[in-house]
Amino acid sequence: MSFILRHPDIVAARFGEHVLLTFVSLAIALAIAFPLGVLTARNPRIGAITLATLNVIYTIPSLALLAILVAIFGLGMPTAVVALVAYAQMILVRNIAAGLRGVSPAALDAADGLGYTRFGRLVRIEIPLALPAIVGGIRIATVSLIGIATVAAWIDAGGLGTLVFEGLHQDDPDKIIAGSVAAIVLALIADGLLRLAERWTSFRSLS
Amino acid sequence: MASSAARGARIELRGVGVTYAGGAVAVQNVDLDVAAGEFAVFLGPSGSGKSTLLRTINRLIEPTAGAIFIDGVDVRTLDPVVLRRGIGYVIQAVGLFPHLTIGANVGVVPALLGWDRARIAKRVDDLLALVRLEPATYRDRYPRQLSGGEQQRAGVARALAAEPPVLLMDEPFGAVDAIVRASLQDAIRRIHRDLGTTIVFVTHDVDEALRLADRVVVIAAGGIAQAGSPSNVLAAPANDTVRALVGIDAESRRFAETRPLLDRADG
Repeated sequence: MSFILRHPDIVAARFGEHVLLTFVSLAIALAIAFPLGVLTARNPRIGAITLATLNVIYTIPSLALLAILVAIFGLGMPTAVVALVAYAQMILVRNIAAGLRGVSPAALDAADGLGYTRFGRLVRIEIPLALPAIVGGIRIATVSLIGIATVAAWIDAGGLGTLVFEGLHQDDPDKIIAGSVAAIVLALIADGLLRLAERWTSFRSLS
Repeated sequence: MASSAARGARIELRGVGVTYAGGAVAVQNVDLDVAAGEFAVFLGPSGSGKSTLLRTINRLIEPTAGAIFIDGVDVRTLDPVVLRRGIGYVIQAVGLFPHLTIGANVGVVPALLGWDRARIAKRVDDLLALVRLEPATYRDRYPRQLSGGEQQRAGVARALAAEPPVLLMDEPFGAVDAIVRASLQDAIRRIHRDLGTTIVFVTHDVDEALRLADRVVVIAAGGIAQAGSPSNVLAAPANDTVRALVGIDAESRRFAETRPLLDRADG
């Protein structure tokens, strides 16, 4: 642990990069996953194809995916973002679709009968009621991305993985531990906060 | 309340039919006039097409034949969303939105219509009082905190929120026990009398039909088997189908005979 004590500024900077990499990826991933999730919930055939495709991406080992993407996009953080966005899709789309499919038919019938537009029904009724499942997906995706982002240091994406790789090359166990422990702490914090959010949304939408 | 309410609208069904894509016929060639302010009950066994027929009125199901007019306006000429905001709709499963308070649920249609907050709040309290849910007690509760009967009272209040001239009710009291059902039936009769709303009510329960209806419309195999006053249908069933449904049910007779008393009692 002595590296953290000697160089808190370096660890904090890498921590910040890690948070940025994770949450930029998550935000982009959500923007893509929402329409895909709605489409998957609405249309079972397109949904099955979408999920099968995303599942294939999800099963590619992270090092292999990064290596392929480097060949296309080169080294650096943007390439890592592409990889993280791709990984998160499977988890996010599956959970968004499951949440939307789980909304009670009575609520949907009532919403239609009362005169909601299709978009109004989605935004005001379906998404709020699907929120526990959606937030659950965001939690699992976030924790996964924090882990995979560590590996992304291998392609010069920055973040806490940089400390781990540097430690390995310089035979500096303190540095390895500093990077690893900081990544674990970040994952635990994210998991804890999102668990709270999940519980809060479940309480609100309990029928 | 009564003075502020819209009058009921006249509903005309002309040769209405619903044939599904696979060729199954749910409703065939239905002609029916429901007068403004009338309480019409579609009575029939499950699978008779009565709910399907009801749902053509607010275009949740589009008829494949015929036309429907509300106060002389062909409903097909209206945007379905606009049409539905002007028609109350109550279903058996209630369908209160679990993430919204009772007050927000009741205020849904006024909010969709763009009423201001103060007007919605006032209307919500009036409606909760109308269905006998004390506004101060129930306004901020969530649906899960209410009993089944209370939930359906809130469902009725929500359907009436924008003072619709027509109220459609699809087996609304089918999921509650007999005592609660009787009290909900009393409530809807009182509301009908006070507001003058045209009500189309679907049920498979003969007692309920005879107790509530100005006119019973017996639906069988996707068509109208008989339409008439409760006493008329009871005394002179048009055919064996109707007779099987209402004719030999002693309990129903008893309800029909006690109805004038009940009308006076809860007035």
